[in-house]
Amino acid sequence: MVRGREIPDALIVGAGHNGLVAACYLARAGLRVQVLERNTYIGGAAVSRKLYENFTYSNCSYVCSLLRPEIMRELELPRFGLQIIPYDGGCTMMRDGGHLAVYDNHDAMRRELARHSKRDAEAYDRYTRDVIRQCKFIKPLLLREPPDPTSFKARDIQELLYLGKHFHRLGERRMYDTLRFWTMSAADFLDQYFESEIIKAHMAGSSIIGTALGPRSAGTAYVLLHHYMGDIDDTVGAWGFARGGMGAVTTALAQSLQASGGTIRTDASVEKILVRRGRGTGVVLAGGEEIYAKQILSNMDVRRTFLETIDSAELPPEFVRQVQNFKIRGSSGKLNIALGGLPEFPSIPAGAPCTRGDMHVTDTIEMMERAYDDWKDGVWSRAPYIDMLIPTQIDPTMAPDGKHYMSVFVQYCPYQLASGPWDAAKRKAFGDTVIDTIARHSPNFKQLILHAEVRTPLDIENEVGLTEGNIFQGELTLDQLLFNRPIPGYAQYRTPVRGLYLCGSSTHPGGGVMGAPGANAARALLRDLQAGGGA
Amino acid sequence: MSHNSIGRDKYDAIIIGGGHNGLVCANYLAKSGRSVLVLEANQQLGGMAITREFAPGFRASAAAHLLNQMPERLVAELDLERHGLRWAAEGLPTVALNGASPPLVLGRGENERTGIDHPGEAQAFAEFNRRMERFASVLNPLLTQTPPRLGTERWTDRLNLLKTGWRIRRLGRRDMRELLRIGGMNVYDLLNEYFQSPLLQGAIGLDAVLGTNLGPRSPGTVMTLLYRLATQFGTGLRGSALPMGGLGALTSSLGAAARHSGAKICTDATVTRVLVRADKACGVRLASGQEVAATTVISSADPKASFIALVGAEHLDAGFVRQVSHLRTQGSAAKLHLALSGLPAFTNLASTAHGSRLLICPSLDYLERAYNHSKYGEFSQAAALEITLPSVHDATLAPRGQHVLSAVVQYAPYRLAGGWASQRGQFIESLIDAIAQYAPAVRSMVLASELLTPEDIEREFRVTGGHWHHEDLALDQFYMVRPVPGAAQYSTPLPGFYLCGAGCHPGGGVMGLAGRNAARQVLSEAASP
Repeated sequence: MVRGREIPDALIVGAGHNGLVAACYLARAGLRVQVLERNTYIGGAAVSRKLYENFTYSNCSYVCSLLRPEIMRELELPRFGLQIIPYDGGCTMMRDGGHLAVYDNHDAMRRELARHSKRDAEAYDRYTRDVIRQCKFIKPLLLREPPDPTSFKARDIQELLYLGKHFHRLGERRMYDTLRFWTMSAADFLDQYFESEIIKAHMAGSSIIGTALGPRSAGTAYVLLHHYMGDIDDTVGAWGFARGGMGAVTTALAQSLQASGGTIRTDASVEKILVRRGRGTGVVLAGGEEIYAKQILSNMDVRRTFLETIDSAELPPEFVRQVQNFKIRGSSGKLNIALGGLPEFPSIPAGAPCTRGDMHVTDTIEMMERAYDDWKDGVWSRAPYIDMLIPTQIDPTMAPDGKHYMSVFVQYCPYQLASGPWDAAKRKAFGDTVIDTIARHSPNFKQLILHAEVRTPLDIENEVGLTEGNIFQGELTLDQLLFNRPIPGYAQYRTPVRGLYLCGSSTHPGGGVMGAPGANAARALLRDLQAGGGA
Repeated sequence: MSHNSIGRDKYDAIIIGGGHNGLVCANYLAKSGRSVLVLEANQQLGGMAITREFAPGFRASAAAHLLNQMPERLVAELDLERHGLRWAAEGLPTVALNGASPPLVLGRGENERTGIDHPGEAQAFAEFNRRMERFASVLNPLLTQTPPRLGTERWTDRLNLLKTGWRIRRLGRRDMRELLRIGGMNVYDLLNEYFQSPLLQGAIGLDAVLGTNLGPRSPGTVMTLLYRLATQFGTGLRGSALPMGGLGALTSSLGAAARHSGAKICTDATVTRVLVRADKACGVRLASGQEVAATTVISSADPKASFIALVGAEHLDAGFVRQVSHLRTQGSAAKLHLALSGLPAFTNLASTAHGSRLLICPSLDYLERAYNHSKYGEFSQAAALEITLPSVHDATLAPRGQHVLSAVVQYAPYRLAGGWASQRGQFIESLIDAIAQYAPAVRSMVLASELLTPEDIEREFRVTGGHWHHEDLALDQFYMVRPVPGAAQYSTPLPGFYLCGAGCHPGGGVMGLAGRNAARQVLSEAASP
């Protein structure tokens, strides 16, 4: 317990899921840990909030699939109240009144695909086989520290050899497949399997979520995978809801942390990280209070950490320039909607289970790419890609009886509009664009709306602290992955400031409610302490 | 010449296609004593690298109009200057047109650059160039190498990979990190990190996307830029050059050199089929029905045409055929030729600079917007252009006092929504408008015009999709996966059948290295048991 003037061993800036995961691991290793959170509630972007009557909103992140099972097990999250409810399927509604449903059951899925294209139904086997193969290749890399390819240190060489061997084990043909997969666009990747536009459009959705790229941008095939890494019941690509909203994940983490002696202080906004002679010594809170600690972990993104919280005189100028060049782009918006009842979707057959999953209305790759073109021009997509879910169909705890909560993730929405700064009128116009898009597929949707919270990238930045509201704390492009994430030479959670570590999604392996950066950062710190380097 | 003059019944090597790569390959094989037959389907030798009359008295290079990628070493090895290659101009500077303001002039030397207006930008550009040149020097040796195979026990493959790794490592830690970071990036972000001037950014950005299906915001465009720089690194002092008589003069000299070494070349000889016996390529059949036998058949045609039309899917593995048929082969560049009654004045451009490589690409956003259209089967409303006026240097191309304007147009889709037939005129008009913004007099000088869309290039030069590089230059179609795994070492799954065209490493551009590498591969495989 942190008490009186006792200096904590580790101070964690930000009680997002990664900060909490890191805190848990450190506390379990016997360190005195304190977490500081700017908001009056914990969770960062994994929160459940009551903003309207008796509704609970998964205010930012809204589904769970990436959370590493190792972390769930090791931190005993189920014991601390986390329940993940798998959901089955999803659908895309088409402009011509048709639909494509998606099911986890392979045979059901094939029958549905065959309705659109017999050839694509055949190709689906090949597709799942190849995607699972890529997932299996990448999974073991998630919880490892990326090696520095320019280093001659034993550990780096050892890790490089591991990577080499891991790659080599694929065999010649699969090595080429993997190389191509990492560098391909989602559209090109899907073209290798499918001919039906609606099938490609549905599959491509997860390749663009949260990124400032279109489905034709090279490198999006990998992002597609990033969203396929779901681990529920070992079905690749399966997703689930956290019962009670995404806040349940961070609440369980907080309880796990407290059970091992860590403490969390909310309403404690870190204004400055103190550096003395190249070493992080503590933080200054808004209001002037100073807290000292032996080690500091920042769950903030790399830009916020180094450009806004640390005096740049304490950092190498080259490093500062590289941080300025790190790409964190706001490209997503979010609507949280309270509904008086379940909306009708005439294109979906009554009673079909597919509305219980993620629903979409983008029925061609071109429509998705055009939505991206709008973003490049600094306007929100006139026909946005939306990822819409009604979790209350499965989890009744989030809304009053008979009423429903709908989460709508919107791609693309710029952080900076070409027309000037965001204001209330523009936010409303953005929200209306999204609501109209949905209403085109649901005649009674608008009448059912009791309350709608519209969140632009700027709102997300202001509330959660994510630069530009980017959900991954940095673009997931090749130049910002593995040993390049966030900065070449500083991809191992350590920074130019001794005793200061990064533990957020800006680091390998990146965003999503995965927890791997937090776990990896904690491990890096503990290894340094063991080696005596932390002193 | 017709195929009646084929001469013998059997050759050591038959080369399908008399483009520059086919001819380069023929040269090296013939020089090493093989009996070689080159079969070109068109009347004129040279594939896409030909010079032809597009209006009475006016001649232009059909596709590429500058020679800026062929290594000087190759020109010397084949003694092309002895076989008729002359230079009309060498070391052409690049000029980015700027309308009402002075243009940006980018010569090769640091003191040959003017018009960089942002403070500190000239120095930033010099630094950028030096760094890119260091990267280009590391990548350049890869161009002349057969790409290694992964996961084999062969020591040559491993050695090649290690050598590349070592060269990158020798760059030093800072450069190595930068190369590994920017390798997968888009050129839009990179140029925004280095520069502020939209004109300078546009000029460099255009180099990265010329001939590709990519926009400056497409990831992988730094790699295509580095690739271009790496190829130019090998051209030595010549830089961007114009052969006297256009690009056709290059292929003529390649033809003359090949004949001199004993190769037999037949034009108007269309190969319709590669003959396969006992799972081995053993010759070709011509459109006339005539069959010619060969120990080795080498195709400079694009991979789709080579494997699917000429060999036939029945002789190949289904997975391999699928990969070939999914190659992205749709071209996105067009070529515009204008016959002009005089030399048009360009606003703010000194008359001595007319012979430069002139660019219309005012900014990266302009270029990206031009690209947007091509994604949806539309031509660019405001296209980016690489313009040359070759007749300024070469009087053989136009009547006295008159001139040829030749422009590479980015972007024109292979399949235009609504079809090219009805919209060709409209596109030509919009291109002339774009040029007239910088050279108002041009409009009144146009005597005749020709536009070659990817569709035209496909039809006239038998390149599937009309792609100048046979298939996209992109990270997933580069190096050891170009064109597809299993055929990236010039040999193919069909014994006795090889590729030597732009579809192979190191790709298109009038470079000739695919042909040279393929010849070396054929010779080395014949030498080993």
